[in-house]
Amino acid sequence: MSLSDRHIPDRLTSPLQRLFRSWEALLVVVAVAIFITNSLASPYFLNAWNLSDATFNFTEKAMIAFAMALLIISGEIDLSVASIIALASTAMGYAVQLGAGTPEIVVIGLLTGLICGAFNGALVTGLNLPSIVVTIGTMSLFRGISYIVLGDQAYTGYPSDFAWFGQGYVFWVISFEFTLFLALGAIYTVVLHKTNFGRAVYAIGNNPTAALFSGIRVARVKFILFLLTGLMSGIAAVCLTSRLGSTRPSIAFGWELEVVTMVVLGGVNILGGSGTIPGVILAAFVMGLVTFGFGLLNVPGIVMSIFIGLLLIGVIALPRIWSRIAARRA
Amino acid sequence: MIQRFLKSREAILLAAIFALTALIWTRFPGFVEPANLARVFNDTSPLIILAMGQMVVILTRCIDLSVAANLALSGMVVAMINAAFPGIPIPLLLALAVGMGAVMGSINGLLVWKLDIPPIVVTLGTMTIYRGFIFLISKGSWINAHQMSPAFKDLPRADLFGLPVLSWIAIVVVLGFLLLTSRTALGRSFFAVGGNPHAAVYTGINVGRTQCIAFIISGALAGLTGYLWVARYAVAYVDIAGGFELDVVAACVIGGISIAGGIGSVGGALLGALFLGIVKNALPVVDISPFWQLAISGGAIIIAVAFNSGSLRSKGRVILRKAEHTA
Repeated sequence: MSLSDRHIPDRLTSPLQRLFRSWEALLVVVAVAIFITNSLASPYFLNAWNLSDATFNFTEKAMIAFAMALLIISGEIDLSVASIIALASTAMGYAVQLGAGTPEIVVIGLLTGLICGAFNGALVTGLNLPSIVVTIGTMSLFRGISYIVLGDQAYTGYPSDFAWFGQGYVFWVISFEFTLFLALGAIYTVVLHKTNFGRAVYAIGNNPTAALFSGIRVARVKFILFLLTGLMSGIAAVCLTSRLGSTRPSIAFGWELEVVTMVVLGGVNILGGSGTIPGVILAAFVMGLVTFGFGLLNVPGIVMSIFIGLLLIGVIALPRIWSRIAARRA
Repeated sequence: MIQRFLKSREAILLAAIFALTALIWTRFPGFVEPANLARVFNDTSPLIILAMGQMVVILTRCIDLSVAANLALSGMVVAMINAAFPGIPIPLLLALAVGMGAVMGSINGLLVWKLDIPPIVVTLGTMTIYRGFIFLISKGSWINAHQMSPAFKDLPRADLFGLPVLSWIAIVVVLGFLLLTSRTALGRSFFAVGGNPHAAVYTGINVGRTQCIAFIISGALAGLTGYLWVARYAVAYVDIAGGFELDVVAACVIGGISIAGGIGSVGGALLGALFLGIVKNALPVVDISPFWQLAISGGAIIIAVAFNSGSLRSKGRVILRKAEHTA
């Protein structure tokens, strides 16, 4: 038999097959299943306003998760995001005490996020330090500064028009935060999946040395990713502060865990190199629906955190156990 | 050469500690009195014990962020048992605390060993899970001093040759780790696994198993500290030792334990813990608000890790390892 006789397929699996077998498809199934269970378990679930309220559970965290997804795909991590929120919120509260108006408050919140991100990025890329330790350090440093400034006090008295970012509605039950979440999700999808920058992020995550040799400015891309994560934390700080109307140094405590869980649940490889933004968007919905459902069933917050911890480990462990069983069978 | 570097690192730390105490002494001579220094050491003992466990974990290129939650859960369990059955002898409770801690450590270790999940993710997850379990078993309530038996509360404070038992336990643990790292095959294999995992495999060391043992040691010490902590402060609730894992990691990083694995010493971890302990105890003396503590720990981690970066030049090796994993 000559070589030309052999039928060589263009691809091993058809695009449709790939779509059905993907992690994202699984997430859609899970989200639908949770949605149905919730609507059966509680009569209050299927209500447009309740569902709209439920989106506040995840929109702020998801905004950070988009940037964190890029960062984790590139092989780094930022555990200081929740502390950046605390510091940015404290800076905004301080500005209010000095008589700043809404535009200034927002600018100060975003700037603080950017500065914190730049600080992380400079330490990681400039001094070539491991991001896990650097951001564990800045996690205590940033929140520590909030504690130094605020102690056991709280900042309140934000101007009334500032409340719109966290409490305003664009149209009927569609909140400003939810709109922002969708817009940012679309932007990040394009950036990661349709631009050179996105390809560079994947390349760095798979092999930074090879990426460097193929002309990618590895350090610069990583620095930009830390900046983005800081900026997104700043945006989340604006939304959260506006929603709560007050700042305490313990604001957003423990959020770094939920953000990382959301990213990993979205199918991003924690070791870097693979993952998608649509996956993270779906993971945000899944986590939001679960916490909202638990809330309707009066499950206390700390029990939800057990669930999130189990989810984080389970989502990584199950595919590995599964592939091991599959390998043993084959 | 590495040894010379390490020696200088410990010398620098020692000098920094002397400079710090001298600085405090110029303004508050009372701080340097032997009785007060013994008090500072006693206060730092839990940190020293946990830093020893964290050291072996970091040596094997892992990290254990669940130690504080492990401590709190073990402490809560023994406190609840003591409150319900005051008759159970204290050594039994102590063994239970150590055993529980070891089991929680082995959960971390097995997930890292058998399923190859990154340690930071595993312990970030188990940290919240263990903390959540305290709430589940205690229903959020406190175990207060009057519910604990006198024998339960007295052990860590009992005086032995002029020092409290808590301090003696820390001293024994440090001596034990000196022996472990310098005189046993297991101790050497911690360094081998962190220094070069591939070479370690070829010399017949089971890398995953060694990492798992490191987690079990760290967990067992967290359990031990759990009892000591709850008994010393005579109170147990959900949030005890909240955020303490950061102090433990900080003590190790300040002590020159390389986060890339394979480099570090018992003396370094001990001095790192003492440095943090002196800073924390000096803050109220020199009239700085305790709210500064968190920022100081964070700042110390960053400065120390930047200072350590010389020993982190081997980063290229880590990347190579990752590439080989995926191949």
